[in-house]
Amino acid sequence: MAALKDTNRQNKQPADDQPLLEVTDLRTYFFTREGTVKAVDGVSLTVKRGEIRGIVGESGCGKSMTAMSILRLVDKPGKIVSGEILFKGKNLLENSTREMTALRGKQISIIFQEPKSSLNPVLKVGSQLLEVLRIHQGSKRKINRDEAVSLLRDVGIPDPQMRVSNYPHEMSGGMAQRVMIAMGMACEPDLLIADEPTTALDVTIQAQVLDLIRNLRDEYGMAVMLITHNMGIVAEMADIVTVMYAGTAVEEARTDDLFEAPLHPYTQGLIASIPVMGKVKDRLEVIPGMVPSLIDMPPGCRFAPRCVARVKHQLQQCEVEEPHMIEAKPNHYVRCWLYESEES
Amino acid sequence: MAGFVARRLTLAVPVLLGIVFVTFALARLLPGDPCRSTLGEKATDEVCDAFNERYGLNDPIPEQFRIYLRDALNGNLGDSIKFGRPVTELMVERLPVTVELSVYAMLFAVVIGIPLGIISAYYHNSSIDVGTMIGANIGVSMPVFWLGLMLSYFFGVMLKDTPLWLPPSGRLTAGTTIQPFYEVWGLDVNGDALTLPGFIANINTLNAALVGDWAGLRDALRHMILPAMALGTIPLSIIARMTRSSLLEVLGLNYIRTARAKGARELVVVLRHGLRNALLPVVTIIGLQLGTLLSGAVLTETIFGLSGVGRILYDSITGRDYTVVQAFTLIIAVIFVFINLIVDSLYAYLDPRIRLE
Repeated sequence: MAALKDTNRQNKQPADDQPLLEVTDLRTYFFTREGTVKAVDGVSLTVKRGEIRGIVGESGCGKSMTAMSILRLVDKPGKIVSGEILFKGKNLLENSTREMTALRGKQISIIFQEPKSSLNPVLKVGSQLLEVLRIHQGSKRKINRDEAVSLLRDVGIPDPQMRVSNYPHEMSGGMAQRVMIAMGMACEPDLLIADEPTTALDVTIQAQVLDLIRNLRDEYGMAVMLITHNMGIVAEMADIVTVMYAGTAVEEARTDDLFEAPLHPYTQGLIASIPVMGKVKDRLEVIPGMVPSLIDMPPGCRFAPRCVARVKHQLQQCEVEEPHMIEAKPNHYVRCWLYESEES
Repeated sequence: MAGFVARRLTLAVPVLLGIVFVTFALARLLPGDPCRSTLGEKATDEVCDAFNERYGLNDPIPEQFRIYLRDALNGNLGDSIKFGRPVTELMVERLPVTVELSVYAMLFAVVIGIPLGIISAYYHNSSIDVGTMIGANIGVSMPVFWLGLMLSYFFGVMLKDTPLWLPPSGRLTAGTTIQPFYEVWGLDVNGDALTLPGFIANINTLNAALVGDWAGLRDALRHMILPAMALGTIPLSIIARMTRSSLLEVLGLNYIRTARAKGARELVVVLRHGLRNALLPVVTIIGLQLGTLLSGAVLTETIFGLSGVGRILYDSITGRDYTVVQAFTLIIAVIFVFINLIVDSLYAYLDPRIRLE
């Protein structure tokens, strides 16, 4: 079995080192009565095969919408207004609806934050699991009920024989998330998007679920896009991290580099706000202020109103013009005038 | 699932007993003397004594209840004062008409209402949705008697001598008879023809289908179309609106997003994942509406010349035919209880979380 999987993995590796997913300047806006909400506003990122790409940021910074946009599952009144999503070199935004349904769940899977409400309450988990296989492979072969059992076993659910005929309400949150992962893994996708997969779970279960995701990555060689607001999870899991703020990426680096020397004042604030065990502090560090309204974005840098560095360095440019994503250090990108002005 | 239904059935027993008690009590609580309201103001005391003795009205109330319960369990609900016949006989005659009418009306409402609701929900805020909901609002506020008269005028009078003509009155064309199934099958009903077999034989369409009388079936069905449409329009509108709002809510839930993310086609997302969850409140409405329809639709029955429960109840209430009112109240209440039982079981079938309780 392991040998078979190894050959699979090798087959999936393309000859060149082209990234699996390449998102360029993605913009997803929501056209509401109150105004245009720029949920995703110019996000670019790449995901290579087999890597875990962390995407981190506060709630409402556009992480989840980026994921939904990649799958083209943005509900009305939202709309992808511009950008390019290259998956295996093909622009998903040019795909037909039919091509997208064929791709979802098969080549790109997603798991969500609320595992229990993400499963249909009136269908047995086994039948929901097999549905993925029926959709994508049902025309080619007969789908066997035992496959659900083995999928559940693969994600470490005890007593899978019995569990297949459970309904979601008969499971715990951690168990339900394993089912979601099994569902996502059923067709051995090239990319698994995990959107806050552990936020709703107990801490001990969180670790198990994250371990599971990492093990599956190691075993199947798929790429993972891990969306979270938890810096600890990013540090633990990701190979490379994108930090998002107010709908756009502000910093991108290898995980080690990022935690060692964060460049963007926002990232510095995020890392400083993590409580460290054994270190006594009177107060936790906080980033002053609030995320700006996505309808009424400040001109210039979106982080400027909250930025301590701007005040310290007396930067004038910040509130006038938006900075650009530049390579401040090798393979370490940042969107901040602090570095751009140095360069110029 | 079976256990759930069994539990519900057991629970129905005290409810039924309660119903029997209330209908009994109501008859005793009616103002006035049963003798004089039956025999007239001028009945003498001797006559009334004899009357009371004959109907057991001199017995203590608990004793009367015991006898009433015993008789009711034996299928004896008393004699109609106006018709001078056992009430059960009247039921076998009238109830099938109403059952048939209600079932077809509800069928019409469900078969059209649910798809309309689904389409409205899926394309919500589109012109299809707005049009359907305006239609539903008109439908729900349309007086039944007006719609009934318009339908019979349009299909019965204006379209006369065209293939689209539909009979505006009665259950069968004059001269048409459908032989009762028990006669065709040579069943020996030994004078019991007026109970269950009689009841079934009186449901014309069912009887015609049983004996394979296709011309009769066609005729009976054609007579049902207009009254069923008239009676079904209000439930149709309610069902359509309910389905729409319920499905709209469900379609915004997380597991719908999951279904889409799996790569399911829209039709599968809406029907398999959405509809089953959205159907719960709709089932409730269908049950309640069916119960209401079965308790008689006086206006529809009058307009279309059908002698069903509604007509006889109305006549009995105005004519103070208490045994008939009492018996029909009882039977309608029993029907309600059973429809509720079916609705509850459907709930449990549709939503596994309910089976647990």
